[in-house]
Amino acid sequence: MKKYAIYGKLSRGFRKGYRYITLIFLTLLCIFPFYLLLVNATRAHVDIQRGFSILPGKSLVMNVVNVLGNETILIVRGMLNSALVSTLTVVLSVYFSVMTAYAIHAYDFKLKKAAFHFILLVMTIPTQVSALGFVKMITAMNLKDSFVPLIIPAIVAPSCVFFMKQYMESSLPLEIIEAARIDGSGEFHTFNQIILPIMKPAVAVQAIFGFVSSWNNYFTPSLVLTKAEMKTLPLWIAYLRSADFTKFDMGQLYMMIAFSIFPVIVVYLLLSKFIVQGVTLGSVKG
Amino acid sequence: MKRKLLSMLLTVSMMAGVLVGCGSQETATTADDKSADTKKETVVTEKDTPTADSVDAATEQGKVVNVYCWNDEFKQRYEAYAADLAATHGVEVNFVIVANENNAYQNNLDAALMAQESAAADDKVDVFLVEADYASKYTKSEFALDVVGDVGLTEADLAGQYQYTKDIVTVDGVQKGTTWQATPGLFAYRRSIAKEVLGTDDPVEVQAALSNWDNFDATAAKMKEAGYFMLSGYDDSFRTFSNNVSAPWVDGTKIVIDENIMRWVEQTKEYTDAGYNNMTTLWAPEWSADQGPDGKVFGFFYSTWGINFTLLGNSLADATAPQEVGNGIYGDYGVCEGPQPYYWGGTWICAAKGTDNIPFIKDMMYRLTCDAATMKQITLDTQDYTNNEAAMNEIANSDYASDFLGGQNHIALFAEAAKKIDMSNISDYDQGLNEAIQQNFHEYFEGNVDKETALENFYTAAFEKYPELTK
Amino acid sequence: MSVSNRLSKKKNKKVSYTKWGYIFLLPFFLVYCVFSLIPMLSTFYYSFFENYMSGLKTIGPTFVGFDNFVKLFTEADLLKYFENTIIMWILGFVPQIAVSLLLAAWFTNNRLKLKASGFFKTVIYMPNLIMASAFSMLFFTLFSNNGPVNMMLVDAGIISEPIHYMSSTVGARSLIAMMNFLMWFGNTTILLMAGMMGIDPALFEAAEVDGASSSQVFRTITMPLLKPILAYVMVTSLIGGLQMFDLPQILTNGKGGPDRTTMTLIMYLNNHLYSKNYGMAGALSVIIFIVTGALSVLVFKMLSAQREER
Repeated sequence: MKKYAIYGKLSRGFRKGYRYITLIFLTLLCIFPFYLLLVNATRAHVDIQRGFSILPGKSLVMNVVNVLGNETILIVRGMLNSALVSTLTVVLSVYFSVMTAYAIHAYDFKLKKAAFHFILLVMTIPTQVSALGFVKMITAMNLKDSFVPLIIPAIVAPSCVFFMKQYMESSLPLEIIEAARIDGSGEFHTFNQIILPIMKPAVAVQAIFGFVSSWNNYFTPSLVLTKAEMKTLPLWIAYLRSADFTKFDMGQLYMMIAFSIFPVIVVYLLLSKFIVQGVTLGSVKG
Repeated sequence: MKRKLLSMLLTVSMMAGVLVGCGSQETATTADDKSADTKKETVVTEKDTPTADSVDAATEQGKVVNVYCWNDEFKQRYEAYAADLAATHGVEVNFVIVANENNAYQNNLDAALMAQESAAADDKVDVFLVEADYASKYTKSEFALDVVGDVGLTEADLAGQYQYTKDIVTVDGVQKGTTWQATPGLFAYRRSIAKEVLGTDDPVEVQAALSNWDNFDATAAKMKEAGYFMLSGYDDSFRTFSNNVSAPWVDGTKIVIDENIMRWVEQTKEYTDAGYNNMTTLWAPEWSADQGPDGKVFGFFYSTWGINFTLLGNSLADATAPQEVGNGIYGDYGVCEGPQPYYWGGTWICAAKGTDNIPFIKDMMYRLTCDAATMKQITLDTQDYTNNEAAMNEIANSDYASDFLGGQNHIALFAEAAKKIDMSNISDYDQGLNEAIQQNFHEYFEGNVDKETALENFYTAAFEKYPELTK
Repeated sequence: MSVSNRLSKKKNKKVSYTKWGYIFLLPFFLVYCVFSLIPMLSTFYYSFFENYMSGLKTIGPTFVGFDNFVKLFTEADLLKYFENTIIMWILGFVPQIAVSLLLAAWFTNNRLKLKASGFFKTVIYMPNLIMASAFSMLFFTLFSNNGPVNMMLVDAGIISEPIHYMSSTVGARSLIAMMNFLMWFGNTTILLMAGMMGIDPALFEAAEVDGASSSQVFRTITMPLLKPILAYVMVTSLIGGLQMFDLPQILTNGKGGPDRTTMTLIMYLNNHLYSKNYGMAGALSVIIFIVTGALSVLVFKMLSAQREER
């Protein structure tokens, strides 16, 4: 028994060590691409062409000026477009997902099971499957080069609904709703004032996921937007990738990628604390 | 003489128009204040000669001119040499840029042209650009307007252009596009390497060592011995072979792989196995790096536009420092004709059916593709080779010398080469099929698949792009 | 809204809330019908027609029955593309779920008292923020023939000649799988953590009092209670995997090279959409729809069966 305890202690120390080694390794793996991006964003085109460097170059200002002054590739405009679309998308998708999940979680009605299964089914259908019809429809509706077909469909976010439903199962006892009803709270009022705050941690997690996926979304916007002043960031990045290489400035290119990534990182760093806390606290226990 | 008279008359009538207060256009002289560069201003004052109907019609033009293109090369030309026309005509020029790769540009343009009739006036395609690789697809269609009959350029306006640049966009005797550049191919070589291995860097003597494919192969072997690569990668010599095919890519709906294409495959495989090339692909970073100070590659098949557009930038050691001898290998390149004459690239301007900006388009086409003074200026400013035989011969016979090319007058070389360009074997499918065959044979060169598999993959890719084609 | 709210309150003295379920579901289903269902049905409709662009001419639509489907299975290598997709997904998902479970367990285990866990959590999620296309391009540069990875390996004397990673099937697939792993393991970790933290702490406290070890707690309490979240992670990852597009598309420049061994289903669909071959794109959409649906149902059945067994 004693021997066992000593062995346990030793292995615990060893295990702690390997935990940190694993974590540091993964950290380096994750940071390296970002670091490389930063390095290349500070180097001039020719330097990048010529090879790899571990240290930043001296062309940071030049690249920034080039990006801002580029009249063909409107990266700043793209950022504003992306920010607008992503924000509205997140608000709609999270709000309506909680609402949908709530409908299934809190109410008893005939089609409840069917509805939930249907949502699961919807979740499994790739958006690409309906791409062809989607394009034809928005062309017919004259919604090409408009943000509407990007924002409104965000109301349908089945995976978000599913997550909310899972969260409700573990953290939203129906007694809360009963109590609210006894207090005379209307259903909408209950939903907005009582349920949403309880769902905060889940909302925070999904808001981040939603924002990021919308910010990075390339497929749908590429079907909808063609005008330069409407294009979102990924469209510009993809444009750079496929653009005629004859006009390529890799330094500028990396700077543009940096422009599209670092705002998200800032937003994320601001929210991550909130998320970790929110997840840790959980608003209802047992 | 006639034109001078006409332009004087015009200026007078326009002035009168302004005085009466019914014309919103600026006169040729006032158009200048928009452009900041004095050099270009002189060009403008000299040559801006709108014709009578364009002035009359200007007031009825649509406000927005939509130009469809795949990069900003044309935009740069337009902004540097023709931007004043927008003010003259009271229009706003909007560039819709979609990259070429994987037929993206064509697909987008096709969709826009299809919707042309129902589109709002300001959303209509007014001008679109095409490349030689697929020009015929559009010139054969009703969507490209006759530059003489519909747009209003005269035969005299177009007389200075190289014949091949007109042939390529002419269908049944009707010319449906016009271009500002002629694009004879060339072989750009490193002078220092030539001196070391061939004992000379003189373009004429270097050309002798490359004058046919046998000599080219022999030189390649010498380069290898001396520790250099003859070519950078797989695609370098592709255009030289593919431009000298005996028949177009497609016969009816059947894909025909020309012998010359297979010759490219064989040569490239040999070069790869023998280590004559550096195994890069076109436009890849490694390919660009091979053109720089640390490159070990003897030379590159290029076209006129490539010298300033790509090669110059790649050759510098410090991009921010002045472009001059001493910066990287600036001055170390020379150009010669290479083993076979060929062309590469070229951009044609087409007016789209349904446009409401004919007067503007006419003036723009005239300025950029017919006006000798502007075109000469473009060449002097950018080293690009423009589509005006007289102006180019003038430079060719002058003491013009390119510092970048070690003091060579490359325009003289091009003036010779441009005459030999033959574009009779182009098809609607060149862009997609050229791209597909290059990409799919890379794997054969790499040694990952055998020739048959590469060919199969080429067909698969081709059918994906063009469902109507067959083996 | 508030008016109907008040009205309903007055009426429903007996309190039947049934209709509220429907009301709350309404926006979801309405938007779904307009923006997804109808387009999807019309896509399926196209699958029975020969309809494409030849130059500037439209060919069709001509009704051809199942010809497009037959073509997909006979003339095109549909099964190969499906196999490619699944292989690359598995290569990425297995390490992803293993590492994520491990990390989530460490992070949520209060007894381990990991230092700087907040920092690590923040960092591992970061790659998920990067645009897939940008990430793919970065890897393309890193692993290009003369790229930094080759340079470092050659300098270190490990290899003498640069490796052409993107030219070998194993290399290209591994790169894609590795990117998938890097992009998603942080995300999965956070999801699993959220799941683990949703578990009643009293259970853990009780286990501690009983003297259970960390791994015992993990096996007997965490894992079983994590099943719903695990199901969620797995199903969404599989569906995401079947939709794999951006990464291989950019890395291989749309070719799916070498020898089309990294061509995914959606890349193939994209090729048809691109050349405006509506008939084939429609048929392919139908097949992707069926395959995704079948796989998802299977996974759900499996997991729920397990849950019942317990």
